[in-house]
Amino acid sequence: MSWTRKLLRVDLDARTCGAEPLNMEWAERYIGQRGLASKYLSEEVDPKVDPLSPANKLIFATGPLTGTAASTGGRYSVVTKGPLTGTIACSNSGGFFGAELKFAGWDMIIFEGRSEEPLYLCIENDRAQLLPAAELWGRSVWETEALIRKRHGDPQLRIASIGRAGETGCLFAGVVNDLHRAAGRTGVGAVMGAKNLKAVAVRGTLGVKVADPKAFMAAVAEGKAKLATNPVTSQGLPTYGTQVLVNVINEAGAFPTRNGRDVQFEGARRISAEAMHEKRPTDGKPNLLRNGACFGCTIACGRISQIDRGHFSVKDKPRYWEPSGGLEYEAAWALGAATGVDDLEALTYVNYLCNEHGMDPITLGATIGAAMELYEIGAIPANETGGLKLTFGSAEALCKAAELCGTGEGFGREIALGSKRLCEKYGHPDLSMTVKGQEFPAYDPRGIQGIGLEYATSNRGACHVRGYTISSEILATPVKTDPLVTEGKAELCKAFQDATAVVDSAGICLFSTFAWGIPDIAPQIEAACGGKWPVERLIETGERIWNLERKFNLAAGFSAKDDTLPKRILKEAAKTGPAKGKVNRLHEMLPEYYKARGWTADGIPSNRTLERLAL
Amino acid sequence: MMKSLTIDAAKCTGCLQCELACSFEHEGVFNPAKSRVKVFVLHDTGRYIPYTCTQCSDAWCASVCPVEAIESDRETGVKRVIDSRCVGCKVCTIACPFGTINYNAASGKVVKCDLCGGEPACADACPTGAITFVDAEWTGYGRMKAWAGRTDTAAQAQG
Repeated sequence: MSWTRKLLRVDLDARTCGAEPLNMEWAERYIGQRGLASKYLSEEVDPKVDPLSPANKLIFATGPLTGTAASTGGRYSVVTKGPLTGTIACSNSGGFFGAELKFAGWDMIIFEGRSEEPLYLCIENDRAQLLPAAELWGRSVWETEALIRKRHGDPQLRIASIGRAGETGCLFAGVVNDLHRAAGRTGVGAVMGAKNLKAVAVRGTLGVKVADPKAFMAAVAEGKAKLATNPVTSQGLPTYGTQVLVNVINEAGAFPTRNGRDVQFEGARRISAEAMHEKRPTDGKPNLLRNGACFGCTIACGRISQIDRGHFSVKDKPRYWEPSGGLEYEAAWALGAATGVDDLEALTYVNYLCNEHGMDPITLGATIGAAMELYEIGAIPANETGGLKLTFGSAEALCKAAELCGTGEGFGREIALGSKRLCEKYGHPDLSMTVKGQEFPAYDPRGIQGIGLEYATSNRGACHVRGYTISSEILATPVKTDPLVTEGKAELCKAFQDATAVVDSAGICLFSTFAWGIPDIAPQIEAACGGKWPVERLIETGERIWNLERKFNLAAGFSAKDDTLPKRILKEAAKTGPAKGKVNRLHEMLPEYYKARGWTADGIPSNRTLERLAL
Repeated sequence: MMKSLTIDAAKCTGCLQCELACSFEHEGVFNPAKSRVKVFVLHDTGRYIPYTCTQCSDAWCASVCPVEAIESDRETGVKRVIDSRCVGCKVCTIACPFGTINYNAASGKVVKCDLCGGEPACADACPTGAITFVDAEWTGYGRMKAWAGRTDTAAQAQG
């Protein structure tokens, strides 16, 4: 079976690493990755713990399909209690690190405690050791990867690390692997930094086996064939990347602009996928160099970009001249529309900064957007920003603010706390476009009703990849629903949330679900894991994971009153587009949602629900 | 017809499906470390390049082998390692100019691409056509055809 059945427990206080058998009873009930790591966290960490204290734990977890030939099967998640929200945090990444961890023979790593001095973990198959990281501390993600490979004389090491943002306590610091793939959201990198853990380097040569190789290869071939014929996964994503959505969502009137003041961005076309393909007038080259894949992925939506060397942001900075991870939809929106900046090269530069220093571009862009609004209304006095003129649309201000945040200097320290704390500090808490402290992604809930319910109920704060109702509401997959209607959205949201928990926990990428439903994934899981994994069992498992996370958050002190949206989204109508005059009607959906989930009117899972899910 | 693996790096996305297929075919396990084909990522130029043994006609590895453990199949052109003869001296790994024959510590033998007995798993698994298995005498057919299209200047002038 495709679990290695082993986890590595790392005690950062005692500086010890020890192997433990994976709890297979839990694996059968939570699959792996997000689900299984959440189970371990729930069992081992008090939900009330301070996320940045040594009592919090940090889990790197793969799924049973991670490292196999299942298309997109290279994912891992970092699970912990998150510092940005105080909820359970789980952030998922692609690249090659996750598969390598599996090849080294580990399903999971659990980090406990806090080291007195900076350390990094180096794993070579069975051999795991904590090594001093004094000379890595203060270095960027990019430098850290190069230095560790050089130190070990092994160019094939795969590395996940934090940059300076994670070291300096940026609450939305991510863990970055393979230079530009990231467990980006929820601040998992800040937890890593608080533990004085700089990096995890892995080399694995043991490989991954599956329970029924013949059936597995047949299921994999069928899955690959579907991805190769679906228009989104075979053409849209490889050619345009997730960026293909900019014009689509802008036209739908759901592209949050200037901190949500508007729902359509006049500069959308200039930061779109199409613009990335166009030759620049300055140097005659397009921003986009090519597409690239994560481990095992036959979609290959990754963007490899190259900035115009003459652009003000990178002039005299050769380290940004080489090709690197380009803009994805979320980053382009947050760094662009949320701040009103339509300079594609500037956005690409700030995206590089996010990878280099290890920051979530969504929260970074949204927080700079909030700061710009506070600045424009005079809530942030000009003398507080160190000369930074935070006006909407200023590419210079965006770049400078991002640089300062990445390195934890000056006004960047305020940005680094996220928009909730920033807006509270400057007296306008309503201007933070967050749920439970985490910033919205790139869909305005006034123009797309169901995603508002998703943001309000997501277990890690506002988030699109916990239940991507956009698939149905905009892209008509698997069925089209009207984005402006609230009816039926409770069930839709629940269905997406439960299915997504399965996808994440299996170790594959959510983007596979543009072509795959759970019935396509079930035979791959079954052949890999052994036993029987029918669709019903998987869906129930997804629901179990969702309720487990909810229980953690309730125990952490959250309640139904936190399942809400910012006032702007509930009261201020959209000014333009198809949703003109509309707000989000969360109150129509939330009670239905609680009912669909089998929760009380107060949003608490009923005893019957918990019994049904064996929780 | 003798067939060869031919590689079009421009089409490679670096997904490693070839490495997974190769290791699965030969070792029954998904393990890029045991793959005979390898994809290189050149970050500085944003390129992905798959590479493996090209089955030389007059192969350095076979010529240098002291125990004649590398056998040539006249019909398919494959240079195959005979495990029962290989003593793991690794001289072939030094002689091969391309680095495509390597030592496997677990077996104590060298390993290289053997074209999977005529149906290379890597080519089958490649989602983009970056690795194909084609007529050994016409590996340039696709590129030649593409270029030929550009030589029809009359059509271009009209269009």
